[in-house]
Amino acid sequence: MNTKRKAIKVILYVILIGLSITMLVPFYWMVISSLKLNKDVFSIPMRWWPETLHPENYKVIWEKLPLITFFINTAKLTLITTAVQLCTSCFAAYGFTKCRFAGRDLIFLMYVTTIAVPWQVYMVPQFILVSKMGLNDTHIGLILMQAFSAFGVFLIRQFYISIPDELCEAARIDGLSEFGIFAKIVFPLGKPAMATLIIFTFTNVWNDFMGPLIYLKTKELKTVQLGIRMFISQYGADYAWIMAASVCSLIPIVIVFLSCQRFFVEGVAASGIKG
Amino acid sequence: MSNEKKGLLTSGQKRKIRRNITGYAFILPNLIGYSIFVFVPVIFSFVLSVMSWDGSKKPMEFVGLANFAEIFGDKVFRGTLVHTISYAVMTVVPTLILALLLAVLLNNKIKGVAIFRTAFYFPYIASIVAVGAVWNMLFQPDFGPVNQILKFIGISDPPRWVVDKDWAMVAVSIVSVWKYMGYYMIVYLAALQGISSSLYEAASIDGANGWQKLWSITVPMLTPTTFFVMIMLTIQCFKVFDLVYVMTGGGPGNATKTLVNYIYEKAFTSWEFGPASAGAIVLFAIVLVITLIQFSGEKKWFKDL
Repeated sequence: MNTKRKAIKVILYVILIGLSITMLVPFYWMVISSLKLNKDVFSIPMRWWPETLHPENYKVIWEKLPLITFFINTAKLTLITTAVQLCTSCFAAYGFTKCRFAGRDLIFLMYVTTIAVPWQVYMVPQFILVSKMGLNDTHIGLILMQAFSAFGVFLIRQFYISIPDELCEAARIDGLSEFGIFAKIVFPLGKPAMATLIIFTFTNVWNDFMGPLIYLKTKELKTVQLGIRMFISQYGADYAWIMAASVCSLIPIVIVFLSCQRFFVEGVAASGIKG
Repeated sequence: MSNEKKGLLTSGQKRKIRRNITGYAFILPNLIGYSIFVFVPVIFSFVLSVMSWDGSKKPMEFVGLANFAEIFGDKVFRGTLVHTISYAVMTVVPTLILALLLAVLLNNKIKGVAIFRTAFYFPYIASIVAVGAVWNMLFQPDFGPVNQILKFIGISDPPRWVVDKDWAMVAVSIVSVWKYMGYYMIVYLAALQGISSSLYEAASIDGANGWQKLWSITVPMLTPTTFFVMIMLTIQCFKVFDLVYVMTGGGPGNATKTLVNYIYEKAFTSWEFGPASAGAIVLFAIVLVITLIQFSGEKKWFKDL
């Protein structure tokens, strides 16, 4: 029995290690290709380890395209969108859970009915609207159209519901204003939900492709994802450079992911179970 | 007496008004933004779908259902429906099975669970542009590693993947399964942790082996999750754009053009907002039907529980 159980465990490890390697092979390929010469990326037979390493690719790409500008743009968009999204979502969640006012349920119903509508359904009228405001091809336009989500309100609201009303009531009796209750009691308690929302918004905005593709036309305003796309169309055969740029674009996300992994997992679990 | 009553009322009303103002003050920042940038466009997309307009100063013109007639008469549009459905079919089932399998494997008491979980989840957070670029290289028909491996194991004439109209969508689906199964694995893992261990203990006492436990306890207990995952995945598949755009650009020919690619091209390359919005309404109708199925399913599970 014991040896059988051990054998099963060994098989399990072998399967898991095999699967993990298979999952990560594309990333490995990305990294080694980025260290090869452009002409050596494809070879027959293929090489899993390059003969000579060419880290200078990582210097060349910054000269070929204004990658620094793209990074700054993306960082700016990501930070502002995440901040606006977080603040307005927390405010609204507090209003929906801890305040009673006329029309509250009706307004909430409006959020509920539109959350299931995919962005792709209304992206065209949204673009027309933003253009009519004169915000096409600006960062503000892109920020505004992404910063207000029903998802954020739902996520935070779900958490605020679990905060007992008695806590707010007690603070009210102690003479704390409504904003004081929010700022001093409810907001600090909501940290886990906020972490989840921050990470979700951060990855979404950083990785977003279709939004910037529709809105940003000026080269100086483009994001990293559009930048790599440009790289691919301009230097289509220079695979090593394309891979080096791709690796660079992944680094910020990898850092955020590895340092906040717990919240990623909890976030998926929470949004998955509650639907 | 009446004065006193009046005074009481006004102070009550005052409190009520103040409560309303506070409530609205909290939700307004989000509500205003959401109304302008989401709610109005959602309604406007229905309006646009029955209009003819190119976005210029020319006023829009009511055309009834002509836009719908136009797109359904368009071979390219009908093609996108077929491609999107075939993408969904090729993606949903493998993702579901693999996600469940990975979750069951990782739900064992083993060391290094976190490392494996990270490895499986990692493709999900990587950007589609980077991922599409590397997979296009891996799928390169003549020198790409995938075909070199296939040749090595004896397939002398491997598919030409993204440049072959019969295989391009298969390639996109493979990448999609690879990218998304880690996400759904975590959904499954959370659900697995909710299954009471007493069920397994009871089965062990009755002499059930691992397979029997998997088939008679785990899989049935996970049915609501499987249903949920299936719905989410299907909706996600109907919204696909980036992966196709990056990997094949809709080609070769129109072989991988999906519904959202069609909407995008109609709107932003030929500036025909009417047909584009009609396409968007078709997408909306599909997602609505799937969501309604989800609601009725959820009702069923909750009744069962």
